[in-house]
Amino acid sequence: MKEIVLIKLGEMVLKGLNRRTFEDVLIKNIKYRLRDLGKFEIKIAQSTITVIPQSDDIDLDDVCERIGEVFGIVTYSRACVCEKDFYDILEKAPVYAADALSEAKTFKVESKRSDKRFPYKSPEISAQVGGKILSAFPRLKVDVKNPDVIVTVEVRDYGAYIRCGTLRGQGGMPVGTSGLATVLISGGIDSPVAAYMMAKRGLKLNAVHFESPPYTSERARLKVEKLLKQVSRYAGSIEMHTVELTKIQETIRDRCPEELFTILLRRVMMKISSRIAEITGSGALITGESLGQVASQTMYALGCTDAAASKIVLRPLIGMDKQEIINISRRINTFETSIEPYEDCCTVFTPKHPRTKPVLRFVEMAEHEAQLDEMIEQAIAATTVKTIAP
Amino acid sequence: MWKYGFMDLHYLDNSATTAVCRSAAEKALYMMTENFGNPSSLHKFGINAELCIEDAREAIADALSVQPKSIIFTSGGTEANNTVLFGAAEALKRRGSRIIVSAVEHSSVYESAKRLGEMGYDIQYAPVDSDGVIDLEQLDNLLTDKTILVSVMAVNNETGSIQPTERIAKRIKRRSPDAVFHVDAVQAFCKMPLKPQKWGVDFMTVSAHKIHAPKGVGALYIRDGARLIPLLYGGEQQKKIRPGTESAPLIAAFGEAVKEADIAKNNAYIRELNDYAMTKLTAIDGVSINSPASALPYIINISVEGIRSETMLHHLEQSGVYVSSSSACAKGKRSYVLAAMGLSDDRIDSSIRISFSKYNAKEDIDALIEGLRSGIATLQKVRS
Repeated sequence: MKEIVLIKLGEMVLKGLNRRTFEDVLIKNIKYRLRDLGKFEIKIAQSTITVIPQSDDIDLDDVCERIGEVFGIVTYSRACVCEKDFYDILEKAPVYAADALSEAKTFKVESKRSDKRFPYKSPEISAQVGGKILSAFPRLKVDVKNPDVIVTVEVRDYGAYIRCGTLRGQGGMPVGTSGLATVLISGGIDSPVAAYMMAKRGLKLNAVHFESPPYTSERARLKVEKLLKQVSRYAGSIEMHTVELTKIQETIRDRCPEELFTILLRRVMMKISSRIAEITGSGALITGESLGQVASQTMYALGCTDAAASKIVLRPLIGMDKQEIINISRRINTFETSIEPYEDCCTVFTPKHPRTKPVLRFVEMAEHEAQLDEMIEQAIAATTVKTIAP
Repeated sequence: MWKYGFMDLHYLDNSATTAVCRSAAEKALYMMTENFGNPSSLHKFGINAELCIEDAREAIADALSVQPKSIIFTSGGTEANNTVLFGAAEALKRRGSRIIVSAVEHSSVYESAKRLGEMGYDIQYAPVDSDGVIDLEQLDNLLTDKTILVSVMAVNNETGSIQPTERIAKRIKRRSPDAVFHVDAVQAFCKMPLKPQKWGVDFMTVSAHKIHAPKGVGALYIRDGARLIPLLYGGEQQKKIRPGTESAPLIAAFGEAVKEADIAKNNAYIRELNDYAMTKLTAIDGVSINSPASALPYIINISVEGIRSETMLHHLEQSGVYVSSSSACAKGKRSYVLAAMGLSDDRIDSSIRISFSKYNAKEDIDALIEGLRSGIATLQKVRS
């Protein structure tokens, strides 16, 4: 029996003339995520994408797991393909539904007939298919209010399908339809979540990671690669730019007032990331900052960091509580990696009492005295790049 | 057939253990001589060893369609089974005391359950039918709201009978929502599709040496959120569920063997061997087949009328054919597995297990058939 996956599109069906572009990008993204699972025919009609496996050894569980991670999909379901022939539907329904019904007590049949030329009306289809299932499994009962399993029969223009249950997709918009942005990724809980949330709004990502060997270890970088790999399941492949900050951090430590260490470092990160964004054609920076979470994330501190960025800075977590962020991070499976205990460069040389209300003018003066510009240029020139793919 | 030294071997005891495949053996050698760091060390040696362990974890997680973080490594199937039985029983003891295991479990589950019974838990044994498959209606009657743990093997080690673990999982969730479900999949791993997470299985045991990797390593799938009280205490390794420095050579070798296993391709080949053997076996007078038709093709359990298992085993050994009498772990004892299927004592005492691997060929089966025929001709004469 031939089984396929039916995908219902998200809010992009609302888009006007751009709609075709959005659909094309989504199909490309789906193809990319399924690329190592086998050959598929993927087509679109009546705002539904159909994924048809081209060989028998393809595992649809794996296919569904991947589709469940692609942005731009509201719901999806596995379905059995039938001839547009009532007898074929009646014959296949009990066989296909057998698995889903094996431990169920109650069920109901729903029918949708979008092809009105099909000679049987929806209630008639439901009644007859229901009757067939009842006679195949006499222990089952029909319950239209709260059934264990819903068997859906769909008669469309180009074919008929039987489904048992629908799965929820990630929602959002296809990655790439909103452009490219650069995420500052540290290895903590917040930045992978911020990356995920902006990818959900259709942004393709590249990433900047800062390290300070020997103060930070290789394990810290491997941890970030692992986090990005997990994010790439949703966001597609990510170019990771690793920048070494050791010399700059040591210079700040030697030449600047201690309470400004953190804010000065954040500004350096913004400057370098803006430049990398410029070079890679990215239109914005993304950070995992959440208002008031730490000293560098007070409104005043964010104001000082923002002034160093030459791109718009997107902060999707700005109004969220830590627990809300953790919940998302658990859901997207980055939490357990994030809490692995490796030093990152933000915790090197942390001041005892960081300034929570820094004043931009004084920060800029301190920065000027430190004479960091040349070192920033050197750090950018020494950037290493690695592509992280799901 | 493959050659060790000058002797031709027909090794048909692959459910006892298997030859280690070259890629796994080479990986183990490399991990012991070059990449020998302690995976917990902070320096490069530690990181490199850790990366190999993580690579193996990912291979095993992929084979089970689960997240790598839900896999921990143990010293083998027995340790994994003990970890779940004692660990889950203790974690859930406030919710109830009933533990259900099937009547045909491997001794590492069976004996653990017996010990838990001595400790005061209420142990129930779920009976099987004549095919060795668990009786779902009778299982339903055993499942109560005081049930905390159910353990059923995926494939029986003596007969190859496949248990309907997915359906059992659904029944447990409905009748005993507090209970956790453990599946011992040692004989099934890399031989049939296993999807513990999708099926609703909380714990799953797998072992390395049944799939061409070394002895001394196994793995346990633990569903995200499922609780276990550890058996061992020590360092921070493996989320403290299984402390102790990981055996990087064995684990990395395990990973290589899993990567090499191609379920679909192997099954087609083993099915072919099984069909070939079945045709020849059923043509011999006095041989009856104990494995059900629905069994995993890797195992065929037979009885040879009137000849004790061990006698036939040693007779076959003389012609270079290696099989086992019931399971290798229960030398000399009468098989409780075959007894639970309702076989007569005569059939049980004369039972032999033939088990295949991808390294077998039809010549091995020919040698077996010849050995059985000559055994029947000579040994029965001696008896009468």
